[in-house]
Amino acid sequence: MSFLDLDEWLFELAQHIDLVYSPLADVKEYPEHVDVALVEGAVANEDNLRLIRQVRERTRILIAFGDCAVTGNVTALRNPLGDPAPLLHAIYVERADVGSCMPHTPGIIPPLLDRVQPVHKVVPVDVYLPGCPPPASRIRALLEQTLAGGAIHLAGRDMIKFG
Amino acid sequence: MAARTFTINDQLISAREGETILQAAREHGISIPTLCHLDGVSSVGACRLCLVEIEGSRVLRPACVTPVVEEMIVRTDTERLREYRRMIIELLFAERNHVCAVCVANGHCELQDLAIAVGMDHVRFDYAFPRCDVDISHPLFGIDHNRCVLCTRCVRVCDEVEGVHTWDVAGRGADARVITDMRQPWGEARSCTSCGKCVLACPTGAIFRRGATVGEMERDRHKIAYIVAAREQRW
Repeated sequence: MSFLDLDEWLFELAQHIDLVYSPLADVKEYPEHVDVALVEGAVANEDNLRLIRQVRERTRILIAFGDCAVTGNVTALRNPLGDPAPLLHAIYVERADVGSCMPHTPGIIPPLLDRVQPVHKVVPVDVYLPGCPPPASRIRALLEQTLAGGAIHLAGRDMIKFG
Repeated sequence: MAARTFTINDQLISAREGETILQAAREHGISIPTLCHLDGVSSVGACRLCLVEIEGSRVLRPACVTPVVEEMIVRTDTERLREYRRMIIELLFAERNHVCAVCVANGHCELQDLAIAVGMDHVRFDYAFPRCDVDISHPLFGIDHNRCVLCTRCVRVCDEVEGVHTWDVAGRGADARVITDMRQPWGEARSCTSCGKCVLACPTGAIFRRGATVGEMERDRHKIAYIVAAREQRW
């Protein structure tokens, strides 16, 4: 949503890039030789883990995009509780109104990892963009630096404030 | 009172005898980052953010508790100090569960401000994700240990300004926690006068007014120094 807040600048951006993969683009397989990937969200389940390794392998500049990707943020609130199995049991069995059972659909619902991890704990990250969400002005500044092709440097309250 | 002349970052400055490096620096507009320091209560040199280099000294010294000495040469902003400060902030974030996005102090937090100041765009250390309690047994205030940095400002302000000493620290290392009375729930701590000075003093969202939601916890920390000055300078 914050990305869409870039408003008319999105048209300018579109002139400089080819959008090759996104949750909104109908592309099933992450392509090879990608220049830049904005990775949103932490690594929480086995699907995330498989995809992020593939993204790293096939991407030149990997940008951890937003607090969840950079720190785990809200998605990592479960970590202090440890193994997710008792948590799933409490939610889907003990507290369930109807159809109480543990979620188990191999191949469809990816199993949770023991701990949610920020992206850089799993694969090397090139650039970090904090913010929950990063405001559109911050995203634009990041993308302008990225398009310019030099070293990307983000500093100051407008660029790296968490939350 | 005798004057002391010394050098900070190549600038010659004079200070009163007995003043700390931090006091003298601030009087001359030189900023040194601090976290556990709070105007109005004693300094303990716990957070190590105000460490400075002193020529001729092998070790780094915390500016908040180191008195100025005639002709000393102090550096407050070297590459080494900047790296240590960023490391300290990252370790503080890694040690507890700081989630700015859902914190009452978001936008008004000294830890968050320091992270920006030291250029922290991510934490290089593994997060500890410790299991921490939230105590909302007090009718007015709450404490969320997930957000506590153990600066002990609450302990000092309660002891030195309110004169009550409800707060203290129990446990060691990663298990250390600020506690009320004999580690009772805050609402059952009989010594607490509910004055709210700890709420004013807390640098993060750890101690908060009940009912405050994300970003709502603003506090006027200068009030502590104001109360102390009003008391000491009464005539």
